[in-house]
Amino acid sequence: MAHKSKIEATGMVEKRGQSLWLTHALMILGILIVFFPIWLAFVASTVTQSEIASPPMPLLPGGYFFENYKRALFSGINVPVSTMLANSLIMAIGIAVGKIAISLLSAFAIVYFRFPGRKTFFWMIFITLMLPVEVRIVPTYEVIAGFGLLNSYSGLIFPLIASATATFLFRQFFMTIPDELAEAARVDGARPMQFFLDIVLPMSRTNIAALFVILFIYGWNQYLWPLLITTDPEMNTIVMGIKQMFPSGDDTADWPVIMATSILAMIPPVIIVVSMQKLFIRGLVDSEK
Amino acid sequence: MENRVTFKGWLLPLLLVLPQILISAIFFFYPAGQAIWQSLFIPDPFGLSSQFVGLGNFEFLFSDQYYRTSFLTTAIFSTLVTLTSMVPALFLAVIADRLIKGAGVYRTLLIWPYAVAPAIAGVLWLFMFNTRVGVVSWYLGQLGYDWNHVLNEAEAMGLVVVASAWGRISYNFLFFYAALQAVPRSVIEAAAIDGAHFWRRFFTIVLPLLSPTTFFLLVVNVVYAFFETFGVIHTITSGGPQQTTTILVYKVFSDGFVGQDLGSSAAQSVILLVVVGALTIIQFKFIEKRVHY
Repeated sequence: MAHKSKIEATGMVEKRGQSLWLTHALMILGILIVFFPIWLAFVASTVTQSEIASPPMPLLPGGYFFENYKRALFSGINVPVSTMLANSLIMAIGIAVGKIAISLLSAFAIVYFRFPGRKTFFWMIFITLMLPVEVRIVPTYEVIAGFGLLNSYSGLIFPLIASATATFLFRQFFMTIPDELAEAARVDGARPMQFFLDIVLPMSRTNIAALFVILFIYGWNQYLWPLLITTDPEMNTIVMGIKQMFPSGDDTADWPVIMATSILAMIPPVIIVVSMQKLFIRGLVDSEK
Repeated sequence: MENRVTFKGWLLPLLLVLPQILISAIFFFYPAGQAIWQSLFIPDPFGLSSQFVGLGNFEFLFSDQYYRTSFLTTAIFSTLVTLTSMVPALFLAVIADRLIKGAGVYRTLLIWPYAVAPAIAGVLWLFMFNTRVGVVSWYLGQLGYDWNHVLNEAEAMGLVVVASAWGRISYNFLFFYAALQAVPRSVIEAAAIDGAHFWRRFFTIVLPLLSPTTFFLLVVNVVYAFFETFGVIHTITSGGPQQTTTILVYKVFSDGFVGQDLGSSAAQSVILLVVVGALTIIQFKFIEKRVHY
C-alpha cells in the first residue's frame, strides 16, 4: 500500500533525471564510507604482514586469503580461532534458546493462569528489565565463581538469560491471541499444556524466530562477561578473544591473522541479519517497544 | 484484559514460572542485592573482614576527582555517540526514502555494521588509526597531521566515539527509514503544491512528524553509549590516556577487577543502577505517550 502511493507521489514531488542520479550517488557514497572499515579489514586479511607493516597498505585484496584464514582457524595465536567460533556459537545459541524457553513458559503461566504470587512475580521480572549485566558484574562474578562455573558454558550462558525482555514480549503477544481459542480448548477438555503445544506455540512461531535473531546477536556480541569468566583460552569466545591476540608490550601485532579473525567473528551475525532481514527488523521493533 | 479465559490450578503455573524465578533469583536478585550490601562496607586490605561505613563509599566517590571526571566523560561521550550515530543515519534515511529502485539493496548493505560487535568495531577502527600501520593515520601524516590517539586525549575520545557510533548508524537508519515511510504522502504533496521545496518540507513537516522516533532513538542511544560500549573502549584505549576515556561502566570494571576495590566498585554499581532506572522510566513514560500519539 505505502509503496504504491509512494510511486504515485513520485511524479509530483520527486524530481527525475539528474536529481535522481545525485541521490543514488549520495547513497552510494554514504554506504562506501560506512563500509570502509569492513573492507579494509578484509583486505588486511588477504595480504602479508610485511605489506601491512610498511604503510600505506594496499586497498585491494592480495593473494594470501587461504593462507591467512587457514592459519587463523587452525592455529590462531593463543588458541585456534575455530575453537573460539565453536564457543561463541554454543554461547549464542544457548542464550537464545534458553531465554526463549523460560520466557515462553512463564509468559504462558502469567497470561493463562491466576495463581498465588502472580503479581509479585510480575513485578519481579519487571525489575530485571532495568539492570544490564554490566552493572552487577562483580557480585555476579562471585556467584559464578562460588558455583565453580568459571570457564564453563553454563557460566557464560546463565547470567545473560536472567532478564525478562522476552517474557514481556511473549506476554504482549499471548494477550492478542483470541480468547475464543482458549475457551474452545477448555470446553473440549484440553489440558493447559496441550493448548500450549498445539495452539500457542505454533501461533508464536514468527515471534520466536524474530526474537531468536535478536538474542543470537546479543549473545554472540557479548564482550565483558566472557572476558571476566573465561580465563582459559580454550573457553574464549571469538569476540573477546581478539583483544587477547594483541601482543602485550611493544611487539608487532600479527595483523593478517587478527583481521581474518575479526572477519570470521562478524560473518555469523551478518549472515543472520542479512538473510533474515524482515524477521530481524520485526524483532528489533518488538524488543524496543 | 484481566477478564481473560484462564485455566484452573496453581501448581502447574508455579512450575512454569519456576525456571525463570530460579535464574532471576540466583543470577540477578542475589548479585544486585550483594552490590547494594557491599556498597555499604569497606573490606580490609587482606579481604578477611569488612567494616560498615554506611554511605561512606558514596561520599568518598563523589569527593573523588577521578569519579566526578568519569561522570563528565560519560556525559560527553554519550552525547557525542548519540549525535554521531543519529545525524548521518537520518541523512541516509532521507536519501533512501527518496529512492524507489535500489532502496532494498542499500538497506541490506547498511544493516551490516549493526551485526558487528562493539569490540570488533573497536579492532577495525584501531587498525585504521593505528599509529604505526593505520591507513587513515598514515594519510593524515601525509597531509601533515600527526595522529596519535595513544597520547592525545581529544583524538582518543574522537576515535572511541566514532567506533561506538558506527554500528549504531545502521540501527538508527532502520528506525528513521521506517518512520519516513510512514509519513503520509498526501501531506508532502500538499506542501509541494504550495511550492515548498525539499528542505523546507523536511524541516517544517517531516522532522516534526519524526519527533517520536527521534526521541525514542535519543534514549536508546544514550543507554547504548552508557552500557554497551565497554568493548570499544577496552579494545581501543583501555580507558586512557590518563583515564580520559574511562566512562562509568569502564570504571566499575577497572576499580572492581583490576584495582580490587570492591566497596567502591559496588557503590559505583548502585549509582549506575539508579541511572539505568531513571533512563528506563523515561523510556517507559515516552512509550506510553507514543501509544496515544
